[in-house]
Amino acid sequence: MNELLAKYPKEIKAILAKYPPEFKRSAVMPLLHLAQGDPGYITPQAMQDIADICGISITEVGSIVGFYTLYYDKPLGRYHIQVCTDMPCALRGADKFLKELCERLGVKVGEPTADGLFVIEEVMCLAACHRAPMFQVHGDGDLVYHEHQTVDTALAVLDAVRQKAAVEKEAKA
Amino acid sequence: MSEFILLRHRDIPDLDQLKVYLKNGGFEAWKKVVTSMEPVELIQLAKDSGLRGRGGAGFPTGMKWSFVPNNLWPHYVVANADESEPGTFKDREIMESNPFQFLEGLMIASYAVQAQNSYAYLRGEFWQIGLKLNQKIAELEKAGFLGDNLFGTQYSLRLHVHMGAGAYICGEETALLESIEGKLGQPRLRPPFPAVAGLYASPTVINNVETLTNLPPIVQNGATWFREHGTEKSPGVKIFSLSGCVNNPGNYELPLGAPFRKLIYELGGGIPEGRTIKAIMAAGASSALIPATEAALDTPMDYESVANLGASLGSASVIILDESVSMSWLAQKTTHFFKHESCGKCTPCREGTYWMAHILDRIEDGGASAKDVDLLFTVARQMQNKCLCALGEFSTMPVVSSLEKFRRDFLARVDGQTR
Repeated sequence: MNELLAKYPKEIKAILAKYPPEFKRSAVMPLLHLAQGDPGYITPQAMQDIADICGISITEVGSIVGFYTLYYDKPLGRYHIQVCTDMPCALRGADKFLKELCERLGVKVGEPTADGLFVIEEVMCLAACHRAPMFQVHGDGDLVYHEHQTVDTALAVLDAVRQKAAVEKEAKA
Repeated sequence: MSEFILLRHRDIPDLDQLKVYLKNGGFEAWKKVVTSMEPVELIQLAKDSGLRGRGGAGFPTGMKWSFVPNNLWPHYVVANADESEPGTFKDREIMESNPFQFLEGLMIASYAVQAQNSYAYLRGEFWQIGLKLNQKIAELEKAGFLGDNLFGTQYSLRLHVHMGAGAYICGEETALLESIEGKLGQPRLRPPFPAVAGLYASPTVINNVETLTNLPPIVQNGATWFREHGTEKSPGVKIFSLSGCVNNPGNYELPLGAPFRKLIYELGGGIPEGRTIKAIMAAGASSALIPATEAALDTPMDYESVANLGASLGSASVIILDESVSMSWLAQKTTHFFKHESCGKCTPCREGTYWMAHILDRIEDGGASAKDVDLLFTVARQMQNKCLCALGEFSTMPVVSSLEKFRRDFLARVDGQTR
């Protein structure tokens, strides 16, 4: 039983249609994006399901997950708060921004917040050099940029995400 | 009407809406090529225009198309929208705000080589743009601009968006193809070149987003009109991404050959807090540093003139460095970027970026001696001309040039001298 296929039959059909039928392996990256959306990381079961759909081994799928930075194989924070500290952003204060953001949240880079909701990460250039400091929020199968940030505006963004998550939790319960 | 050729959305509100784009001449070029031009005529037009690739290499676009053999099928066109070079953010603005002109360009390039399926490879971080492009492509299918037997001809075309997932190396064209094929984004050995054996081992053209966005106006207005902009060898306009120590960072569309001074001072508003400019990186993190002399500031920003300064125009991501920036810090930053982004396939790059980063950390932490500065230079020089793709070579550019031109910044850190 392919759980992923059972969960997203329409989406997977649309993904496969983008590539020549004899090159199903091309679907591996879009399938990983799809599978990651809900639990927030790639489960071993999802890896096996994707391997079966693409006709490759689970090891090959695993190597793709390891190679690309936007795929996670562990549940580490529901939202990845990814701050660019690359050179052009650093020239506009990104290093200081990251340090102060971590201090205000009481966490270190790579360490999830106590509620398990956020993990702050330091990432490479996100093509927003002119609007630094900036970060992206990656989670729930979505990825959103937040530019021209200060520590205060960033904390407000995180508060809004936290509230949205709480509302969803209530709705589920 | 718009003063802009590429950033037309700045003059025309809602240009990202199909009806607005159509009202402003949208897809007239597309209709013209499909209904009245032979592919060979279109390739000749691109050659006559002198359009050169805007992704960094500056290779003539028409010539690139002409390398695709007509005895091997199918053909593919891939738009390189992996924009990941630190300091580059131009393709993003095009796709966000003028997406149809980009898509029309991709369609025109596809027609030139008679590709029936073309791909746009976007870096994974451009998630919102990917969603938007998918929507726009669906609108074009509905409007009859994409699909089977277009305008009643035999020609059919479909576009697909492929999202990357965070890997700078996938901007390298063969790594990009590997990535679409569902493999690790690692460059291929060449030859064969993609024009002969590219995506799925089929002949493939890979063009940058900005390059493609030039095509609809070229088809509409002709090669002579295009050559009215820019210089003889570098015709047309270019989007310059300006960042770093400058008052008004952002994208600026200028004719190729405009001087650095105009970009930095007239448009960019000069250096913050009245500080003095120190150096320019014209090609993002991959740049050799250009010391900001008066002569350098008066240099025209075109492929040849910047090359004469011992640097490269690349994708025209102009990063400004002022007197407050230590070049040893700068080299540490760029080297960490390349170390992180090295795909690990070839040894000189994988090991070289690793050791350069280590030495630079030691220098910046104050634990190095003057000998370490020499060692850094040796490691960087050892890497040059030995790497499988340009990434390894790029990583050495800021290191070697900063050591050659600003060695004092490194020496100020060694032998126990800390910041």
